Amino acid sequence: MTRARFGGGGARPAPRSLNELMGQALTMEREAVARYTELADMMETHNNLDVAALFRKMAGYEQLHVEQILADMGWAADVVVPRQSGVWGTPESPEVVPIEDMHYLMHPWHALQAALSAEQRAEAFFAEMAGTAADEAVRQAAEEMRREEAEHVALVLEWLAKVPQPDSDWSVDPDPPRHMD
Amino acid sequence: MNDMTDATRLSAADFKSDYKPIWCPGCGDYTVLGSLTKALAQLGRPPHEVAVVSGIGCSSRIPAYTTCYGFHGVHGRALAAGTGLKAARPELTVVVTGGDGDGYSIGGNHFMHACRRNLDLTYLVMDNHVYGMTKGQASPTTEPDWDNKLSPGGTGLRSFHPLVIALAAGANFVARAFSGDPNGTADLVAQAIRHPGFSFVEILSPCVTFRPEQRGWKDVVHRAAVPETDDPARAARRIMTDDGFNLGVLYAGKRAPYARTPAASASLAQIEQAFAV
Repeated sequence: MTRARFGGGGARPAPRSLNELMGQALTMEREAVARYTELADMMETHNNLDVAALFRKMAGYEQLHVEQILADMGWAADVVVPRQSGVWGTPESPEVVPIEDMHYLMHPWHALQAALSAEQRAEAFFAEMAGTAADEAVRQAAEEMRREEAEHVALVLEWLAKVPQPDSDWSVDPDPPRHMD
Repeated sequence: MNDMTDATRLSAADFKSDYKPIWCPGCGDYTVLGSLTKALAQLGRPPHEVAVVSGIGCSSRIPAYTTCYGFHGVHGRALAAGTGLKAARPELTVVVTGGDGDGYSIGGNHFMHACRRNLDLTYLVMDNHVYGMTKGQASPTTEPDWDNKLSPGGTGLRSFHPLVIALAAGANFVARAFSGDPNGTADLVAQAIRHPGFSFVEILSPCVTFRPEQRGWKDVVHRAAVPETDDPARAARRIMTDDGFNLGVLYAGKRAPYARTPAASASLAQIEQAFAV
């Protein structure tokens, strides 16, 4: 379950101000909340309740991040960040788990692998921002965000250590939706 | 970021309804829905000024998942309904959505004539080269050698080429997008809606259930290497010779969109009199 490489990977523009950096961070966290919620709903619809609960929990963690950014910046909960093209260098914002990685029979282990990749991308994004920011306040804020994402990475790794890796035939369905005999 | 405090602007969430999609996990249509809502937010038109019209098929469920006006019509007739709506209510932004079976087979005739009429509406086709809702039959865009239980050895039929047909029939904007690139797709959809006349966006949207190999599309799609053109001949050459995975605006024409005819200049009585024998 790897992230699609289409859409970039090239150099991203460094934020010019604290507002711009935190606007990007807010967008990233909001999109992560929206996606995890979407994935939880998706898995509930398909009666994969363990994975749904896990995604719901991840959405909750990301929402805490959203609220923290809003509080730190003094922004209203409904503040709208103008969408900028080419900011991420990836098809979606870095912390978003791709829809294409989903499977209706996936296990919590798969969900955590996807979450781990997302958190690692977010950490790498802020590390890059911290490395390229010309302004010291922006650099410090980016570094702080990177540290928080690193904590998320560590948290997901802890969870992963407690979850069994599924057998290789995990996707075999005795009553598959595409059965046509 | 001067307008960070402008809370009057719309977000994608404003265009998503409370209904949860029931597509298969991994389906590309989820991200197309996300791209559509992002595009509408970007355009800043409130949901009550937008209508999303569809036919039948997995992707045609989209209207219910938005807060816009919606019309889930009959199979293949999405463009007919959308055309009627736009003609009657030209002030609305009309987005017609559907899949390759709905749009190119059952609705193929409507597709060509919608291009020809050039009303100012936008047609988004989520193309997965298969009839997913009815369990995996070959569609017009299915490759001739796609081997499956319902068409062993493949159909042997040449694939329909929707972009060429759209261009030849008179569409004023032709683009190809990929569901795995949601932000790029959102930009293309916004551009299509802004462009006057009939705008057609073919969105490659994998069916992970009946065409699981389409998960590999993310490794072969690529952005168009040349700038968009308003020259139909150049666009035709480009579309006819590309590999089917070339993303971006492939044609942006300058043809004036359909305009309503002026109000009748004669009264009903005068018209009846003209027909009197």
